Amino acid sequence: MRPLIAGAAMTAALLAHAAAHAAGADSAKYSAGDKRSGYLFSSPDTRAMQDDDFQNPGMAWVDEGARLWSKADGAAGKSCGSCHGDAASTMKGVAAAYPKFNNHLGKAIDLEQRINICRQRALQAKPFPAESRELLALTAYIKSQSRGLPMHVAVDGPAAPLFAEGRKAYEEPRGQNGMSCASCHGDEAGNRRLDTVSQGQSNGFPTYRLSWQTLGSVQRQFGNCLASMKAKPLAADSQEAIALELYVAARGNGLPVETPAVRK
Amino acid sequence: MADIKARVKVPSTAAKGEIIEIKTMIAHDMESGQRKDKSGKVIPRQIINKFTCSLNGKEVFRSDWYTAVSANPYLSFFLRASESGTFDFAWHDDNGSIYKASAPITVS
Repeated sequence: MRPLIAGAAMTAALLAHAAAHAAGADSAKYSAGDKRSGYLFSSPDTRAMQDDDFQNPGMAWVDEGARLWSKADGAAGKSCGSCHGDAASTMKGVAAAYPKFNNHLGKAIDLEQRINICRQRALQAKPFPAESRELLALTAYIKSQSRGLPMHVAVDGPAAPLFAEGRKAYEEPRGQNGMSCASCHGDEAGNRRLDTVSQGQSNGFPTYRLSWQTLGSVQRQFGNCLASMKAKPLAADSQEAIALELYVAARGNGLPVETPAVRK
Repeated sequence: MADIKARVKVPSTAAKGEIIEIKTMIAHDMESGQRKDKSGKVIPRQIINKFTCSLNGKEVFRSDWYTAVSANPYLSFFLRASESGTFDFAWHDDNGSIYKASAPITVS
């Protein structure tokens, strides 16, 4: 009997060690200091969907984005690729710095706005509507070129006032419940009952949410959160929305870009 | 959805008798027919109701789908490798369209 029990105990110990090791590796890859990606709050099934590009439904948007990248559109007869060449090299790391202050415009813009500005100026084409399949596809395609690279959104210089505004929007109570973003995603992250709430990091956006059955932008997620807080939605692409987007992205500086992430 | 994109993953080679895994995914809204639009009108059902896989023209796998199947359905299944040839996959839409994909396999 004895050796058998010892053998079983050893197997159990080895299995426990293997599991701890795997969890440790994920934890290191998907965190930066105290910052933890939503990946670490996801179930093993959801993680597996994200890990396998074939199973990841968000890749359908990335594939479509690749097609749109090199498809000529608008009066100028140009495509994104006409100016920017091969996205794999020219767009690497670019999205990790968005939202970003644009000196020319004198304000900060997110990646979706950047795409639409290019469409209007360089392609002389119509901008894609917010949350349209095309805009999500191009955004996901461009941001996926930075996969694995750390988020590095600038918060100093001209972006500083907007960062402060975003922080205020994040921390100030709003809506009928008097809740703020920080009420759930601050110290309480991972602790909520009924449902596990993450730190609310945006490194994986646009994200395929299983509850949405589609890819969605970070601003759509804001709308979701605000509705559950019984608060007024932010106007799309308003300064407050962009400020909040910038603050949330900068709050996750150092976390790897995961676009297209898969979440519940 | 303007154009429906299907993806399949089949091992390019297999030993005779080996169990192989086939993975498929198609981008499709799978509109269940149970949702309403903003004006309260029911959005008509449009789903993929049947999936088939055939090897060299002979059906080897079939599956009927209903409204509870998610958007962008992913399906994987196992087959025993029997002969070399081409797998043909077909997704049958409620609107009559059939989306197709194919992949070759060499069995030795």
